[in-house]
Amino acid sequence: MSEGARDSMAQSSADRRRHRRSRLFAVVCGAATAVGVVALVVLLADVLVDGTGALNWSFLTSFASRFAERAGIKAALAGSVWILVLTALISFPISVAAAIYLEEYAPRNWITRLIQLNIANLAGVPSIVYGILGLTVFVRTFGLERSVISGALTLSILILPVIVMASQEAIRAVPSSIREAAYGLGATRWQVVRHQVLPMAMPGIMTGTILALSRAVGETAPLIMVGAVGFIAFTPTGVLDEFTVLPLQIYNWISRPQEEFHALAAAGILVLLALLLTMNAAAILLRNRYRTRR
Amino acid sequence: MPTTHDIDTGGRAPALEAHGVSVFYGDKQAVKEIDLVVPANKVVALIGPSGCGKSTLLRCFNRMNDLVPAARVEGRVDFHGKNLYDDDVDPVEVRRRIGMVFQKPNPFPKSIFDNTAFGARINGFKGDMDELVERSLRQAALWDEVHDRLGESAYDLSGGQQQRLCIARTLAVKPEVVLMDEPASALDPIATQRIEELIYELKKDYTIVIVTHNMQQAARISDYTAFLYMGELVEYGPTDRLFTNPAEERTEAYVTGRFG
Amino acid sequence: MNTSEAPAKRHFHEELDALQEILLSMAGKAELSVARAFKAAEENDPSVAQELREADEEIDDLETEVDERVAELLALHQPMATDLRFVLAAAKVSNDVERVGDHAVNIARAVRRMRKHVPPPQVRELREMAVVTQEMLSDALAAFVARDAGAAMRVRLTDDKVDNLRKSLFRIMVSHMLEDPRNIGGGLEILLISQNIERIADLATNIAEDVIFLVEGKQAPGDYTRADHDAGPGLDED
Repeated sequence: MSEGARDSMAQSSADRRRHRRSRLFAVVCGAATAVGVVALVVLLADVLVDGTGALNWSFLTSFASRFAERAGIKAALAGSVWILVLTALISFPISVAAAIYLEEYAPRNWITRLIQLNIANLAGVPSIVYGILGLTVFVRTFGLERSVISGALTLSILILPVIVMASQEAIRAVPSSIREAAYGLGATRWQVVRHQVLPMAMPGIMTGTILALSRAVGETAPLIMVGAVGFIAFTPTGVLDEFTVLPLQIYNWISRPQEEFHALAAAGILVLLALLLTMNAAAILLRNRYRTRR
Repeated sequence: MPTTHDIDTGGRAPALEAHGVSVFYGDKQAVKEIDLVVPANKVVALIGPSGCGKSTLLRCFNRMNDLVPAARVEGRVDFHGKNLYDDDVDPVEVRRRIGMVFQKPNPFPKSIFDNTAFGARINGFKGDMDELVERSLRQAALWDEVHDRLGESAYDLSGGQQQRLCIARTLAVKPEVVLMDEPASALDPIATQRIEELIYELKKDYTIVIVTHNMQQAARISDYTAFLYMGELVEYGPTDRLFTNPAEERTEAYVTGRFG
Repeated sequence: MNTSEAPAKRHFHEELDALQEILLSMAGKAELSVARAFKAAEENDPSVAQELREADEEIDDLETEVDERVAELLALHQPMATDLRFVLAAAKVSNDVERVGDHAVNIARAVRRMRKHVPPPQVRELREMAVVTQEMLSDALAAFVARDAGAAMRVRLTDDKVDNLRKSLFRIMVSHMLEDPRNIGGGLEILLISQNIERIADLATNIAEDVIFLVEGKQAPGDYTRADHDAGPGLDED
């Protein structure tokens, strides 16, 4: 090859090899993504095929029954909503307060680090363990029996580590320059947190909370331990009432041998998915709204 | 031993007096026993190469070093005859009376009005907020540009405007001393010039201590200049003296650019 | 801080060195003009005037160049401390040196004009003035190069000597001119020459004071002010 040809901008064979390798890598990554997407699509398709038939207004407004054509999801849906709201009300303030304490007030010593480590580990504990905890502490020791409040308290403790960690991230993301500016103006630590840090961190905290709650909505095992029952013909009217939740109802129907109940289960899954999608959409909306505001 | 030329305080009590101030980060000593008198209603510039301790020293004056857990401050800083580091002194109150403007403009994610009012609000200001905001923005030479859009986000302003907003919100709490840590280093030359003009005006009502790595800026706007090197005060005196005929060889080498 | 490990010379410092070179070149030419003017006076040589005028143009050009460079250095580099004082001193010294050249030309012209008159007597004082002044000029310039404030102070003190010599010369020439009206022409030229020599000595003193300002950063102490020199000796002094 002459000097001129080497200096030209045309691709050499070495360049072509590099480009081929690069494209190959992109293809492999794409295939990996496709695996996840395909699996999800197949699942959804399966559920849709089985469930859309049974999904109608009477399904949503009827209680469970031995008779498939009369069975509905009303009790489970109401129970899930009650649990959701209560868990949110209990877990949110406690988690956020804990996150604020850990990020803004706690001294940076080994005790704090130990607590941090503890919380991180708790996030990975199997949910059934929380169920056992809930049974022992809330149902028996506190005497709350099998009730909505026991379930909500149990789930709150379950998702607490998740919300705390997400909140801590959000608080940490607030630039230190903002804090400095506030301190520089003669603000006390509480004033800095309340007026600057919290408002700025709130979108992140809320996103984390909603995502944690959507996990809670899908929990079954701990609620079984705490006393959610499979067959209930009423909606809760107070926190001490018995209850059931969507996942439990779905499991209940799936376990029956009759085909009609399987269709109901699929419909129930669709309702659960719709609930989860709504919550996630809310999280995304919130995040975007706060982002454009800045 | 540093050379300290006569500092003319005009017969008034100085605004701030540092006596033997040292700052330690763990074992490392960042500021080494500095004595410095800041006369009232003057501009004092702290200059020196990067890492010489000038910002650290500045932060001693309003107890901002308290916020850094690893930092330990020794010595005294007298303000109206009272040592700011005495046990019975509330650092929050110190910071209200000795304000600070930072290197990178850091307005809050709020409106222009709320930014200016924030400091006053948290300190319990009960008077006419509109009037206070207007006065502060005027003092910061920003009113004309923003008076018709006080509700807009502070982030819509240019860098230079944001910095003037930060100055306005500091002035709104009516401090006596304003500390400035390289206030113009993130700004373009025109914005820098406006900040410098502003400082010149402000010294009628406030005492200003400014850290700058730009020697020409220190020469332009300050009455007194202190040259720090590796945590030590090398020379402190009237600015014209320091830049035309410094007493210390190290000062001479620094201002003529033969080192650093 | 180890100043012996200072970084390589900045472009700016090389400019300062270049400025000094031009000044020294100017000074060299001026000293040469002075020497030739004095020799012309000694030997009554009228031809030197024309050559000195041409040489003086070169000195003027160099002064212009110094002024331009000074302005450039101040505007572009914002020199501080010693560098600043050097640049300012350079402007002043070049101005003084240029005037030294002018005075040398004046002397040569006076010598040429003397042709038309009765030759005046050789006066010892005139030659002494010339010698002392030449030394003063040379010492002042040396002090500038060496940044030696002590040497500069000594130059200042010598100025008195030249003043006294001029006054003696004045008295001698006045009585010489009173003896015979035909002596007046030549006598006046001699007085003019002595005045110019004294001005050169004053300028040498100015240069010395510039050196003291450059080295020590403040005006030289003492009774002397620039005003005294600028006023110049009047013919009716004393």
